[in-house]
Formats: sequence, C-alpha cells, structure tokens
Amino acid sequence: MSADTGRPVDRNFPTEDEYQVLLGKRTRRGTTAKFGFLFLLSLAVLGLAVLLMTIINDSFGLVAVVNQQEPEEIVASLGYDPGEVTLESLSKEDLVTVLAGGISNGVGRRLEREQRFFEDRLAFETQDKWDEVCASDEPPAGCSGGARSQGDVLLLVKERIVQPDIIASYGFFNSILGGNAFKDDIAGIFENTPERWPDYTFDEVRFQWRAWLNMTFVTTPSSSIPELAGIRTAILGSAWLVLFTVLFAVPVGVGAAIYLEEFAKKNRINDFIQTNINNLAGVPSIIYGMLGLAVFVRLLEPLTQGRTVISAGLTLGLLTLPVVIISSQEAIRAVPNSLRQGGMALGATKWQTVRSHVLPVAVPGILTGTILAVARAIGETAPLILVGAAGFITVDPTGPFSQFTALPIQIFQWASFPQKEWQNIAAAASLALLIMLLLLNAVAVILRNRYSRRMT
Amino acid sequence: MSTRRSHDPGMKQQLKGRRRPLEGSIVVTLFVMGAISIAITLGILWELGKESLLFFGEDEVSLWSFLTSTNWSPQSGTAGSFGIWPLILGTVYITVIALIVAVPIGLASAVYLSEYASPRVRGFLKPALEVLVGIPTVVFGFFAITFMTPILRSVFGTSTVGFFNVLSAGIVVGLLIVPLISSLAEDAMAAVPASLRQAAYGVGASKLEVSLRIVFPAALSGIAAGVVVAMSRAVGETMVVTLAAGASPRNFNLGSDSIFGHILNPFQGAQTMTGYIAVTASGDLSYNSLDYNSIFAIGLTLFFMTLGLNALSRRIVKRFRQEYE
Repeated sequence: MSADTGRPVDRNFPTEDEYQVLLGKRTRRGTTAKFGFLFLLSLAVLGLAVLLMTIINDSFGLVAVVNQQEPEEIVASLGYDPGEVTLESLSKEDLVTVLAGGISNGVGRRLEREQRFFEDRLAFETQDKWDEVCASDEPPAGCSGGARSQGDVLLLVKERIVQPDIIASYGFFNSILGGNAFKDDIAGIFENTPERWPDYTFDEVRFQWRAWLNMTFVTTPSSSIPELAGIRTAILGSAWLVLFTVLFAVPVGVGAAIYLEEFAKKNRINDFIQTNINNLAGVPSIIYGMLGLAVFVRLLEPLTQGRTVISAGLTLGLLTLPVVIISSQEAIRAVPNSLRQGGMALGATKWQTVRSHVLPVAVPGILTGTILAVARAIGETAPLILVGAAGFITVDPTGPFSQFTALPIQIFQWASFPQKEWQNIAAAASLALLIMLLLLNAVAVILRNRYSRRMT
Repeated sequence: MSTRRSHDPGMKQQLKGRRRPLEGSIVVTLFVMGAISIAITLGILWELGKESLLFFGEDEVSLWSFLTSTNWSPQSGTAGSFGIWPLILGTVYITVIALIVAVPIGLASAVYLSEYASPRVRGFLKPALEVLVGIPTVVFGFFAITFMTPILRSVFGTSTVGFFNVLSAGIVVGLLIVPLISSLAEDAMAAVPASLRQAAYGVGASKLEVSLRIVFPAALSGIAAGVVVAMSRAVGETMVVTLAAGASPRNFNLGSDSIFGHILNPFQGAQTMTGYIAVTASGDLSYNSLDYNSIFAIGLTLFFMTLGLNALSRRIVKRFRQEYE
C-alpha cells in the first residue's frame, strides 16, 4: 500500500491516511474526556446545589395547620377588630387576660411561680399565698426574677390557647410551583383516610405560608412542640463555646507557631513536635470528644463541674489547636525575611524582632486562619455529643459552668426525629448555622483582601 | 575611630554577657505552648489506653473475642458479645462506597481545574467546591436522611431499601470528601513543572495525553496521599453515618450468611465505629460501666486506624515524590 506513495515502509510510523485517522481519534477522545471531566466536576457542584436546595426546601413552604382557637377569635373576644389588630400586637395585659381565660388557675399559679407576669401585681396568685411561698426555705424562681415580657406571654398564649397543630407541610419548591395541589392532597386524605386525623375536619384546616426560619425561631428557646421551638439557647450555647475555644486555642496556637517558626532549632524534639501537630490535625473529632469526656468532664470535674460550657469549649479548643498552629505558621512564614533582618540589624533581640516586626505583618493572616478554624469548630457535633451537650434544654447558658446545648447538637437532635415538622425546624436551624458560617467566612475573606493590599 | 561604637570591646562584652530573663522566659513559654500538642497526644493515648485496659479486664470481654468475633451486641446486664468486626464492616463499607463516589469525581475535578479550566470557569467552580468543605457534617447528615435516602428508596423500592442504609451514608460521605481529594490532587498537579508539559506538547501530545500520561503520573504521589487522607477522613466521619446508617451493628456469620443478601447488602443499615461511640455516649452514660469502657476500646482502634492512614499518606509522599528542578 505504502509503496504507492513512494515512501519506504516503516511500521513504527503511521502513513498519512493512518495518521489522519489516528489524529481524528485522538481529537475525539480528547473532547470526550474533557466533557467527561467537566461532567464529573459538575456532579460535585450539583451535589452542593441540591444540598442547599434541600435545606431551603424544608425551611420554607406551605403548612396545613389546625388551631385549637383561632387568633382572630381571640382578638375579637377582647373587643378588637380582627381586621386591624393581630394577636402579636396585643398588649401584655390583654394577653394575660386571654391566658387567664383559657387555663386553669392552678396552671396559672405554677406559671407565675416560674416567672411572674407583672412587676407590680399578681395575675393568678393571691398576695398572702405568694408571700408565704416566697418566705419558704426554697422560694420559686418567680419570687426573685423580673416579669415576663410581652413576647414571653405571647408564646404562652400560642402554646396553651391557640395550640397550633401543623398536620402537614409542603416543600418550598412545591409550594411556589403548585400550592393548590397541597390543598387537594390534604382534602383527599380527609376524604379517603379520615382516620389519619380523627380529631379534625377539613374545614378547620388553615393553609398558611410559613418561614420556619424567622425572628421568633431565632429568639425563642427550644420547646417540645416543634411549631414553637426555637434556637436561642442553642445559639447562645454555641457563642459561649466559641468564646472558650478561642480563649484557649488562639494564644496557645499562635505561641506554638511562633516558637516553631522563629525559635525552634532543627533538632529531634522540634521535629517531633511538628510531626505530632500534623498528626493531630488528622485525628477524627470524635476522639477529641473522648479526650474531653475523660479529662475535662471526668478528671477535672471539681474544676469544670462536669458537662458544662467550659468543658466543651476547651474540648473544641484542643480540636482547633492544630489547625490554628498550622495556619499561623503559614502566616508567619509568609513574612519576608528582610523584615526580620531589619529588626536584627537595629540591635533588637529575637523576641523584640518577632513582636515588633514579624507579628504585626502576620496578624491578618493569623486572624484569617483562626476565623476559619473557629468556623469549623462551630459546626462540630460529634465531640459535643461526647462531652454531654444536652439535647433538650430551655435555659440560656449564663456562664462557664452552665449546662448547654449548641446549634449543631440541636440540628442532630431534631433531624433524628421522624416527624416532618422536626425535619422542618432542623432545616431552619441548619440554614441559620450556614448563614452564621457564611458571615464568618466573609469576614475572613475581607481580612485576606485587606492583607494582600497592605503587603503590595 | 571612636564613633564606631560596635568596635568598642567593652561595650560588646557588656551586651554579650547581659542576662535577658524576659527573653529567656518568653522562649520557654512559647516552647511549652508548642509542647502542649505533645501533651494532647499523650493524653489521648493514655485515656484511651487506660479505659481500654479496664474494658478488656472485664470478665465478659476478652481481647481474643474482641479481635475475632463477628458479633457486637453489648446488652447491658446480660452477657453481651463484643466482637469488633461488625463495626469495622460498617466503617469500611461506608468508606469504600464513599471512595467509589469521591475518587472519580475528585480526580476528574482536579484534572479539569488544573489542566483545562479557563481562569473564569475556575474562579467559579473552585469556590463552589470550597464551600462544600465549610458545611458542617451534621448538615450533610440531614441531607442524607431527607434527600438521599428517600431518593434511593423511591428508585429501588421501599421494601429493598431500609430507612437506615449504608448506601445513602456512603454516597453523602463521598460528597463530603470530594473537595479534599480534588484540592490535594490539584495542588500536586500544580506542582508539576511546566517544562514537563511543554516537552510533551512539543512532541505533539494532545491535552488529554499530557494530562493523563505526563502530569498525572508525575503528581501520583501527591494524589495518592490525598486519597489516603480522604480515606482517613471518611473513617473518622461521625454525624452522617450516625444519622443515615442507623444504630444497629451488622452482626454476621461468615459461613452461613449470604454475602450480598446480608453481609454486603448496601440497602440495609450498619453501625460504624464512630456511630457506636456517638450513640452510646448520647444516652445516659455512667462512668466505669461496660458501655463507657467499650467506647474507649473502639476509640483506640479508630485512633490507630486513622493514624496509620495518615502515616501512610506521608510515607507515600516521602517515598515516591519526584523532585523536579
């Protein structure tokens, strides 16, 4: 064949025709592969998108709710026009009146002993009885604390009088694409399988748009009723934890990084420290939880009082430490050597040089790394399970020795309940957590940008 | 001459011999801060080891059955059975599924980002992958039970796929470690010198050939190390597996149970080592009970598994790294 073209036959080298075919093949293979790579990469991005959409989908949407008593009726019973006044805008006095009309006097007295309704008068208790109770050896919390706020009373009214029962909820995307289908579904269920909600009729069901993540959700403590539960206790718990994490991990981490980068001579001990830090960064977080359980919760119980904010904060501090060290090391390493030499040339000692020349330049980098490490610590769940974060707690943490819960723990707790409403608030709490992390990351990015501007 | 004070021998002597207690104490303080990390490691080893010894000291438990039995049923009160294999099975199975998902996606992403993507496309795709790193694992767990599990159940049928299943947990753990693999692999590929690529283009190689036959092999040590690190991360992952893979260990009997019907059935739940620790610890845990000690024995096993994987990854880098330039 190749004799026709007059070229010598060399089987190691393709002929012109063969070459063209081969080239076409290679080009096609290249294009296919390129799209193959892109396809696989977009699977990961798709995964991210679907994850975010799942959370949004469960955080907002239509709900079918049955109220024991409609808010409008309550407002009307007080003589207001339901068209103008909402339950939320009622004064505390009105809300207490509503409450008194709906609960037994015994329950009212119990609520009043927990926390009184008014500073100046009693709503349920008689003055004599109140004085007697408060003079006893163990006076209830209501005797000393301040009065409930309008919001607190409103929550009680909703919990005890309105008693909303969300019987079904619809996802965000379904709700905006075809909300009517939801009504039809519910109507169908009432028609075909009335035994599912035997206590209600279809006429009682109200369809409302509900943002599960809203201001009330963020500002109320947890509750055993998903419709009324909030994440205030969890957010405050997370904030306390972060405080102790930072108080421990940042000074120690930055100190260790300065030692390793500026003072450590190359010898076995320092090599070992460095390797050890790298190893610690790879230890699963749950192991740190076990260390925290054994050391802070159990061994140091006289100091930390067991399963408290400080135990958990320090545990997260241990977990964050290697990350803070490594990122601070990078920031310190990035400081140009000429600065150090400049300091030394002026006769400064090593520490003086580090303090006055190296650290000021490295601080933005250290800060960025620290913020990212803290963001990771906020999302950690497993170690907190070990050191005994309470799943259900409604009392805000007030100090290092408080019982606590944290946002990820709350999500874990709610996500493991099968009912749809718990899933909804788990999604809303996840969204709140993601927004918090996003803000932290934004701060880190802003710092990084300012830093790079300063260095050039 | 007198202006050059540094040549004044008296002054030099004075400065040299001067004691600097502050300087010294600062260096010591900084050293102690560095050494705290060693204390943490020792603390982990000491506590895990101590409690594990107590665990193996119990009458009901023997080290031999811990290492050989395929039955993990720690009923408190009655004599339970403590064989670690069911928990290892859960951990390894989920890790393998995660790697099957994450290795192709992660490596393809790395190749695309490092060799193909234009700066604009890269500027959009890379941050998207980085966002995945920042999402807390409990949110991934929530995603697994509210999205992945229902999808699997509607595809394969609710009678085959249990609510808790290994497949859903594995896929989501896979998604979680994709960015780890892709960023480590991309770093390794970026470190391959441009001259190698140019040489290959010079002899007429196509982009695909350069990527797969030149850059990929040259970066293989870094890529392999990244995959091993991701593996260690999957082994230690807790929240996704606790939420999605259930709380019952998959006890099995090698001779009589069918391999795919039971032992390796991806549609049923299986507790992992981390899952057991988390579930046991979230209940009321009293100190010095068998349950309490057992989580430390599992923890010790987990610690050595992840430590081994991390050490392996560093060895790979050290041993097979090709030094260029």
